[in-house]
Amino acid sequence: MASFKPTKVQFLPKLGEKVTEDTLYWKNYKSPVQIKEFGAVTKIDFSPLAPHNYAVTASTRIHVYGLHSQEPIRSFTRFRDTAYGGSFRGDGKLLVAGSEEGLIRLFDISGRVALRQFTGHSKAVHVTSFLSDGFRVVSGSDDLTFRVWDVPSAVELSSITEHTDYIRALAPSKLNPDLFVTGSYDHTVKVFDMRSGSSVMTMQHGHPVECVLLYPSEALLVSTGGRYVKIWDLLKGGQELVSLKNHHKTVTCACLSSVGNKLLTGSLDRHVKVYNSSYKVVHNFDCDASILSMAVAPDDEVVAVGMTNGVLSVRHRKHKKDKETLTSRRRRGPSYRVFVKGKNFVPRQDDFLVSKPVKQYLRKYDKQLKSFEVSKALDTALQTWTRTSKPEVTVAVIIELNRRGTLKNALAGRNEESLTKILNFLLKHIFDPRFSRPLLTVGDIVLDLYRQVLHQSPVVERQLQRLMEVLGREAELQQELLQVLGILDTLFASLTPRKEVAALAALPVDQGPQLQAA
Amino acid sequence: SLDGKYKVQRHGLFVLCTSGDSVKVYSTRTEEWLHSLQGHTNQVTGIALNPANHLQVYSCSADGTVKLWDFIDGILIKTFIIGYPLFAIYVSEKHEGIVFLHIGFQLVAVHLPKSAEQEVEAKELSAVSRHISPNPSCTAFGREGQYIAFARNLQLNVYFFRKQKTYSFSLKATDKKGAKNAFTCIACHPTDDCIATGHEDGKIRLWRNFIHKKEYTYSTQHWHHNAVNTLCFTPEGTNLLSGGIESVLVQWQYGTGNRKEFLPRLGGSILHVSTSSDGQLFCTSHSDNKITVIESSFKVCGVIQGLVKDAVLTDLMIDPRSKALVLNGKPGHLQFYSLLRDKHLYNLDIVQQEYIYEAGLDQFEVVKAAFDIKGYWLATVEERGQKSSDLEFFLKLWSYDERTQSFVLNTTITAAHTDRIISMCFSSSEETTMLVTIAEDGQFKAWCQGVDADTQQDQNFWSCDFVGSYHNLKPTNCSFSADSSLLAVSFQEVITIWSPDTWELLTTLCQPPGVIRDLCFGRLSCSKYLISTTTRNLLCCWNLLTCAFLMDSFSGLYTVFVFKPNEPRPLFTHKNVCSEKIHRAVFVPREEPLNNCDESSQWLNRSQLYFLTQNMLVIDDSVAVTPFYLLLGKHRQQQQKLNTPSHQAADRPQQPQGSVTITELLHTPAHVLPPASVLCSMFVSSLLISNTGEMESSEQEMNSEKEEEDSEGEMEACDSQQELRVQGSVDEVTPKLSKAQERELKRVRKTDFSWMAGLIASKP
Repeated sequence: MASFKPTKVQFLPKLGEKVTEDTLYWKNYKSPVQIKEFGAVTKIDFSPLAPHNYAVTASTRIHVYGLHSQEPIRSFTRFRDTAYGGSFRGDGKLLVAGSEEGLIRLFDISGRVALRQFTGHSKAVHVTSFLSDGFRVVSGSDDLTFRVWDVPSAVELSSITEHTDYIRALAPSKLNPDLFVTGSYDHTVKVFDMRSGSSVMTMQHGHPVECVLLYPSEALLVSTGGRYVKIWDLLKGGQELVSLKNHHKTVTCACLSSVGNKLLTGSLDRHVKVYNSSYKVVHNFDCDASILSMAVAPDDEVVAVGMTNGVLSVRHRKHKKDKETLTSRRRRGPSYRVFVKGKNFVPRQDDFLVSKPVKQYLRKYDKQLKSFEVSKALDTALQTWTRTSKPEVTVAVIIELNRRGTLKNALAGRNEESLTKILNFLLKHIFDPRFSRPLLTVGDIVLDLYRQVLHQSPVVERQLQRLMEVLGREAELQQELLQVLGILDTLFASLTPRKEVAALAALPVDQGPQLQAA
Repeated sequence: SLDGKYKVQRHGLFVLCTSGDSVKVYSTRTEEWLHSLQGHTNQVTGIALNPANHLQVYSCSADGTVKLWDFIDGILIKTFIIGYPLFAIYVSEKHEGIVFLHIGFQLVAVHLPKSAEQEVEAKELSAVSRHISPNPSCTAFGREGQYIAFARNLQLNVYFFRKQKTYSFSLKATDKKGAKNAFTCIACHPTDDCIATGHEDGKIRLWRNFIHKKEYTYSTQHWHHNAVNTLCFTPEGTNLLSGGIESVLVQWQYGTGNRKEFLPRLGGSILHVSTSSDGQLFCTSHSDNKITVIESSFKVCGVIQGLVKDAVLTDLMIDPRSKALVLNGKPGHLQFYSLLRDKHLYNLDIVQQEYIYEAGLDQFEVVKAAFDIKGYWLATVEERGQKSSDLEFFLKLWSYDERTQSFVLNTTITAAHTDRIISMCFSSSEETTMLVTIAEDGQFKAWCQGVDADTQQDQNFWSCDFVGSYHNLKPTNCSFSADSSLLAVSFQEVITIWSPDTWELLTTLCQPPGVIRDLCFGRLSCSKYLISTTTRNLLCCWNLLTCAFLMDSFSGLYTVFVFKPNEPRPLFTHKNVCSEKIHRAVFVPREEPLNNCDESSQWLNRSQLYFLTQNMLVIDDSVAVTPFYLLLGKHRQQQQKLNTPSHQAADRPQQPQGSVTITELLHTPAHVLPPASVLCSMFVSSLLISNTGEMESSEQEMNSEKEEEDSEGEMEACDSQQELRVQGSVDEVTPKLSKAQERELKRVRKTDFSWMAGLIASKP
């Protein structure tokens, strides 16, 4: 006698992204906090010091936010025109920013008034930064020059004009105080050495450069511009390592995560892409508007993204602690000890063993199916918890009932409440390609069974109306998809070169004589 | 097959069951087949214990004899010749020396004459009833043999021996609720005047007080939802056992109304129930060729399983590992049956769902299965909804687990194709495993293991590698070449040859008219040949090196043809292998190759050929009768196995020789006849002085024989490199030849008359 075989629940793999460790890591962020700024957010910079506050440059202000605050803890508003490129010094105590009018201002993080003002640029200054010794500031401007300023004396140390278009990208070296990298709209990326006073390396990006970035080892350089992200090997004299084309609009910003140095790029196409170490996209954040600036806090605690519509979106990392508080609320089941009790007992040599038959544990719906209680089994499968968190179980029971030819019996004789439950389930899952076939059968049977009494219940009637609408929409969509498929097919057919197949016609030679011989 | 009745014997030590033209004896303890009682020449239709001696059993057969056996030693004691086909036998303690037989539509009492002879003719017949149901379970003896009850359609008749009168009670065809009241089985209480009857709608009625014709009463009990197939009282009469299609054995307590016990999920639907004389053991026989032995405490204590051959949808296959025959078993299972040991090995659960025993329910069935060459992978297709429009099917891949010595499910593919899968095959090389499926949606798909290298999970799962089609034509079959370097897929009338490495269409071969049915590559030294059959009775052979074409057309009913791929003439023809339509055939490798030097039977050296017809499995092979062969009850008259020309000639004299043989010769198409040199050898030998020189060994390579039965067009590639074989015919009537004659025949056979062939062929 065979035992009852429980209902088999089909676990179909979800199509789409494959789950990797990287995806899991980057998925582990809370939903973003949105902070409204006054204008497009052009620069975000994290303080390298412990509280890791960050400066957000937008419109005529620079706001400094704490990691978890949504209100600015400090703001610098002494700009007459748009401010650009607010960035911290290595010790996090000073902040430098350029502006549309060509002035460069230096702020103490705790003060309000500018400590220094560097004048000299004739046009807007979009990028400013401290060199790594902390005593000099470098700035790049639309007047095609970049200048180096001495902080204590507020004088210009040097001014170099090598680029032939606006300078929009700058990255100082952290290891050498005399080195920095600039990128310009003239399609070039240049490495400057202050000791020689001129560029020591020039790389052709091929598009107006929006952002340059140095890896912590400073052997690799990232430049973005146009739709391309290019990685250069500085140790090989500026050889191009890879060229990535994953965005479909201009890539405006790039940054590195501090765990594992993963590259993140943001683009006007409203996506942030995360690359793994072999430069394959492993994760993707979607934003509401075109992205202009982006920064990642140390330890990847926060990912802050600034957009053209003036919204700053901040994602915080989820921590295990949060999860634990959730789980501790749930009732704890019996401990592991209870289940293994006596199981690992080793009998002695002359013990008489009485074996106990292993009891087969069945789920509730299986028990009901075993005793042919079909309606009850369907009710069990439609319980709220099963229905919402494990729809595949519900569908498996429906399939099983259909196989037994008793689905009609199970669906018959229901009141408004339970019918609503079934219709809700249909509304939610009927388009899921995994479930649509059995659920369409259910829909048919429900209509057949209750056609006479439908008008008695407005609730059910409304639901059916909705079901009809969504089904119509889905049908239209499918039709459009098929049309697109047809278009693509013709395109592919015309693209693939026609290959001559050597169709060898069968020559029935020698056939006659052989038959005669037979 | 374990069809028919069975009885549990002598304190439940033995189970007897009819099986074709023999009765088999099994032990209930070990479930072992002890021996079979052979002697009938036709189907055994009934068995009954001799009430006077519990070590003896009567058996009746359609050949018109009743035989008395000692079943412990398997000795035939007596044969009673009745002269009419018998359909059932009933005996009773009260009627010693009389057996009640079912002849035609009559129930006849036969007085068995007491005589010392082995064969006695029984002439004293007296009819008890003129109209009884053809179903043998519709007749039963009542308490102490005082009356016999038999039912037919809606009428229950009770014949009282003392009064010599028949009382009949009838039911209406349907009652208010539309129940079907026709009788299906009868059982009589052993100590009480009570008759239990089973009905078509699943009701059981207990009839009482039928001694008085007018005042009879009955009570109704209902549990079965379909016809009650069998009823049986326990020897003390305390319980009533019933069984039906639900495969649940129900035990009703007698006299306490509705108290009952169930034993569910026994296997196929229950056909018969019987009890041992001490009531300790019950025994049920099932439609899936199975006998279950059950203790009186309602526990299964033994299962005797035969080869299930209800609805064979899959091909006959050979498991490369165990060399077991694999085909559909019980519903949703594949059975592994060892032909060598003639034993059911195990069932592999493919569908893995609870089987609902209900008539008319559309269930999942295994329709296709294929092994890879090493037996490490098994692919199965299960289907549901053949009748209705929404077809559901799953493609499953199973890997062999060394530890459990069984197949373990690896991958389930839910929507492998958009329409039904027609055929599938594994690549035949040992390095790569690839599965190709073809379906009615016009596509063929190649499946590989772990193509998806990106996922970091187990690499063992199968996924689709390539989808191909050819002008939207429906594919009909597919085959891999021996080294897996080529894949041939036939689309209606066109064969396409693909390279599985690059998925490039290499060439197309256009066929003469007719849709291609089967496709097969040669093996070993014949691997350059591609062979196909069409619906127009054509066998086509392509040489793939030159793309040259050989063709042959032939016809013949139930005929086996064996071909060499490079010759258009059949190497061997055998007509009327069996009387029924052949459904499938398979070559089964032998354990040790025979060496037979006869050219026409070389192809059987490495393997045996098995056919599956509607009712039984037949071995096309003239080798010794295997137990399996007997088990499946092959008809004797079909054994006209003429393996060698010498035997052919030797057998001839028994048949009306002249005209029949000649007309047969003349009416057969010339190209399907064996070479004239072979046919004439006997004739020629009498005329010629034979050259006794060393015969040039005919051990030329003879590879990849083709076998083809015309009716179904099953083709199987056979092992190659056959060696030679000498083996006698298995005919029951072995020709008795003197030593001298035999020596003469041997000499004649070795003689090379091939030069005669040219002479004869040149004749118009």
